[in-house]
Amino acid sequence: MKLIHVGPHAVLVEVDGTAEALALASAARQRGIGAQEIVPGARTVLFDGVDADEVAALVAGQWPDEVAEETGTVVLPVAYDGPDLEPVARAWGCTVDEVVERHTAREFTAAFCGFAPGFAYLAGLPDHWRVPRLGSPRSRIRAGAVALADTWCGVYPHASPGGWLVIGHTTARLWDTGAEAPALLVPGTRVRFEAT
Amino acid sequence: MILEVIDPGPLTTIQDLGRFGWAHLGVPRAGALDRAAARLANRLVGNAPEHAVLETTMGGVTLLARRAVTFAVTGAQAEVRVDGRPVHSGLPVTVRAGARIHVGPARSGVRSYVAFAGGLAVEPVLGSRSTDTLAWIGPPPLACGQLLPLGPRGHPPAAVDVSVPRSHDHVMTWRRGPRHDWVDDGAWRALDGAEYAVGQHSDRIGLRLVGHAVPRAVSGELASEGVVTGGVQLPPSGHPVVFLADHPTTGGYPVIALVDDADLDWCGQLRPGDRVTIRVR
Repeated sequence: MKLIHVGPHAVLVEVDGTAEALALASAARQRGIGAQEIVPGARTVLFDGVDADEVAALVAGQWPDEVAEETGTVVLPVAYDGPDLEPVARAWGCTVDEVVERHTAREFTAAFCGFAPGFAYLAGLPDHWRVPRLGSPRSRIRAGAVALADTWCGVYPHASPGGWLVIGHTTARLWDTGAEAPALLVPGTRVRFEAT
Repeated sequence: MILEVIDPGPLTTIQDLGRFGWAHLGVPRAGALDRAAARLANRLVGNAPEHAVLETTMGGVTLLARRAVTFAVTGAQAEVRVDGRPVHSGLPVTVRAGARIHVGPARSGVRSYVAFAGGLAVEPVLGSRSTDTLAWIGPPPLACGQLLPLGPRGHPPAAVDVSVPRSHDHVMTWRRGPRHDWVDDGAWRALDGAEYAVGQHSDRIGLRLVGHAVPRAVSGELASEGVVTGGVQLPPSGHPVVFLADHPTTGGYPVIALVDDADLDWCGQLRPGDRVTIRVR
């Protein structure tokens, strides 16, 4: 574990992976660490607006290796009708039907958010199922599109440009600014997909 | 509703200090880019620093006051007129009901700030009245005919005789950032004193710097990580981007440097084509 100072008021903590980043971010929130933002990444946690010593003390101590909050499991109904099922099948060395079977069989974890409010990077695909991004991004991907890039899965909360391989779409609402909990998927949420 | 938008200009948004505590869900902070100018405008009309103000972009704004209001304009230098008559910017001005307030195009800088006594009282979104132009969270940009409410007046205006326009020398101080080692020592030496132009596509999200492309010492990709305002991101093109208030909350390009917080206010006033000199500390 490594602490990197990011200017006078922020610290980036490097950890081994997604699970540890989630656990550290969760422990920091549970302990009420005085940070304006606690932002998990793929292999880091950023503490912004914080006293670096407070982060150093947290990191030096013990914390549970699991996410403390009950972030729950979300099941997303998906119509597997995306334009990129074939390229994913080729990358995975299987049929399109098997892509659906494999995708619905796995449990994902929302590792971190970014790109857009409510867009969660979902971890859960093995390394050998890695898929490339599109050579040139599409100018418009529909809201609810379920897509893959690298070993990540993501669901587009709003229509937007995007370079991920789209395998289907869900009618679930990923983001609602007016709701008390605006994001359906927050770091730590477990996610399963169900074919409709 | 106290103010009516007659002409919103090219982009006029409502801004306060920003939206805190949502970065982990991908929500940018937003908030006034030139925070000192927004704070001064609020102070001039007796508001608290967190009151919401208008932020114009190059082209100004025209409003109709349906009630007597006190306002002040700071930030980018612009002609300010009430019913066609010039009034001072950088000072509180009280106008009668029915007055037309016109803030002209920026003569220098980009963003003028207009504070009204009582503050713009639009409904907060996730705890802030700021408009974020990356994800469009917050109140929409001003539109023709829109009506804007003001809050109750606070204190009497602060006693400020003259607000002195700030000058700066366009020297941007960079300190090494979390991924500074993605650039080798030779490239760092070349950066110190290097001159860059502000790119055409600079906006509230980032200041794009055009000039000598900075070579990367590391190939490959960085796992996405949280980024801070003032971070200098180095995309594969080698043209650095300084993250301003509406920057994405996580990113996969290395943040090689950090711009001093004190420099960020004037960064928000740089126009495309303006030149800046990098100083590496």
